Amino acid sequence: MHLLPDLKKALPARASLAPTPEEAPEAMRTEALSAWFGPHQVLHEISLRFPARQVTALIGPSGCGKTTYIRCLNRMHEVVPSARVGGKVLLGGEDIYAPKVDPVLVRRRIGMVFQKPNPFPAMSIYGNVAAGLRLTGLAKGRSLDEIVERSLRQAALWDEVKDRLHQPGTDLSGGQQQRLCIARTLAVEPEVLLFDEPCSALDPVATEKIEQLLFELKKRYTIVIVTHNMQQAARVSDLTGFLLMGDLVEFGRTESLFTTPKDPRTEAYITGRFG
Amino acid sequence: MRRSTSRRDRGSDRPRRSRNPSDRLFRGATLGFALAILGLALLVAWQLFIHSKLSREQFGWSFLWTQTWDPVAGQFGALPFIYGTLVTSVLALVIAVPLGLGTALFLAELAPPRLSQWLAFMVELLAAIPSVIYGLVGIFIVVPWVRVHLEPALSGTLGFLPLFRGAPYGVGFLTAGLILAVMVVPFITSVSREVLLAVPRVQREAALALGATRWEMLRMAVLPYARSGIAGSILLALARALGETMAVTMVIGNKPQIAASLFEPGYTMPAVLANEFTEATDDLYLHALIEIGLVLFVVTVLINGIARLMLMRLAVPAGPVKR
Ligand SMILES: Nc1ncnc2c1ncn2[C@@H]1O[C@H](COP(=O)(O)OP(=O)(O)OP(=O)(O)O)[C@@H](O)[C@H]1O
Ligand SMILES: [Mg+2]
Repeated sequence: MHLLPDLKKALPARASLAPTPEEAPEAMRTEALSAWFGPHQVLHEISLRFPARQVTALIGPSGCGKTTYIRCLNRMHEVVPSARVGGKVLLGGEDIYAPKVDPVLVRRRIGMVFQKPNPFPAMSIYGNVAAGLRLTGLAKGRSLDEIVERSLRQAALWDEVKDRLHQPGTDLSGGQQQRLCIARTLAVEPEVLLFDEPCSALDPVATEKIEQLLFELKKRYTIVIVTHNMQQAARVSDLTGFLLMGDLVEFGRTESLFTTPKDPRTEAYITGRFG
Repeated sequence: MRRSTSRRDRGSDRPRRSRNPSDRLFRGATLGFALAILGLALLVAWQLFIHSKLSREQFGWSFLWTQTWDPVAGQFGALPFIYGTLVTSVLALVIAVPLGLGTALFLAELAPPRLSQWLAFMVELLAAIPSVIYGLVGIFIVVPWVRVHLEPALSGTLGFLPLFRGAPYGVGFLTAGLILAVMVVPFITSVSREVLLAVPRVQREAALALGATRWEMLRMAVLPYARSGIAGSILLALARALGETMAVTMVIGNKPQIAASLFEPGYTMPAVLANEFTEATDDLYLHALIEIGLVLFVVTVLINGIARLMLMRLAVPAGPVKR
């Protein structure tokens, strides 16, 4: 099966005024990032640079370490017992793994949306969005209602739920639940958004909604997205990295990675010859 | 109810009727056993009902709120026993709930897994100790300690409350409540621990990813998710406390009275049944005792029913279920 022609069609025409990935200032960077589960090393010294207000996609076959990598970026990897990290993750030039850094504060600056929608079942739609704000009193000075509405609008969910804000979040459809989780993440105003296969549990219509949302969100946020779907990577991202068995094989502008891959393994993967 | 979908789904997996004869036989046999158990419970209730006839006819509903218990005069009222049962059980829960939940939280959330498993095993062993042993420990260790240390200390500090006034007897509501608390803590701890461990990882991570501390994660994601299961564990403990006989009889003083002070001796429904059954020589006395049994039966069945319903709600996945 040859995917290349399809992928070319999927590539968006770049708006001429937007900065190219090379020009954009750096928001986050990893330096020789390695990760282990117990004795098992699953990431080998990955160095990557994430430009501000751009979408970076990570692709690769199942089990290659995409989830592990993205979870290292907001210190969620260490939540798993026996998990360990080496190397650096620099956010705005500061290493988030430096000894004095509080992981709780890191996670407030780097939001994460998971593969499966995971709203809090005991909370209403409103409560879900407000959950992060209630933690810290971040909402001081502004009303919670305003922030909830703004976050739901940013997540393109407001019109669908504005009349039933106080119903349980789990009453929504899968796609709506995922946008609710996005709204919940946006409410605490992080600087970077991490998405781990956010559409893998969704149908094409819901997927399209989330992808459009990404275009809106990238005006304000730096986005890293893991995806299994190469058309999706081609459609939504500015930069793409290809991971294979814990190694970064190739990284570059999405259009060049998908049209003229430099590494034969990348070419094999995107043309569907393995993975 | 929003969680009903999956219950329906589960039901629809079952074939309505199989043509295979061995399937039918199996089905018939298991149905028979299930009905036999139900029948047994109904039979118990029915027996209690008919054998309390004299007492029910003589005293009517006022049996439930009369204080006199005078076998010589043939005057029977269950209120002191109902009161004693409720007071000791509530007291037990007041002590056991914070203790049991605290232990469960520690075991499920803070302790290293190996230590947690080992401690959970020890806690479950506590539940296996026969209640007469608790009674013995109560008589020989707890009663003297309560009389000499706890009751004077309580009346010294909290003596302005009627609950903690009066002479320190050692035997009474307070000691019974203490012993019951130790006996029901394992139920609360082991069930709540399981319930907490069953909270999905994605729920915990959702809270952590929002920047919750460990404690905030518990409050935001874990406890709300687990609350009906925890409530179920408390109700199971309550049912156990209401029905406990031996240990309570040995330390409560066995005096049918209603007293404001927890230091006073009292009596409970199971205790009076166990103690006076052999002495009940005339029919009315016997029927009055059996009616107490009936009251106890109804109360514990109700409480167990509520507990089961709460646990059932928990067993149904409450995660991102599409309607
Ligand atoms: N909790 C864990 N404990 C031990 N090993 C793990 C754990 N989670 C993942 N791994 C291992 O780490 C490696 C990378 O897994 P990871 O989940 O990052 O892959 P992935 O690229 O996200 O795969 P997928 O596309 O299937 O989601 C795999 O070999 C996996 O077996
Ligand atoms: Mg993954």
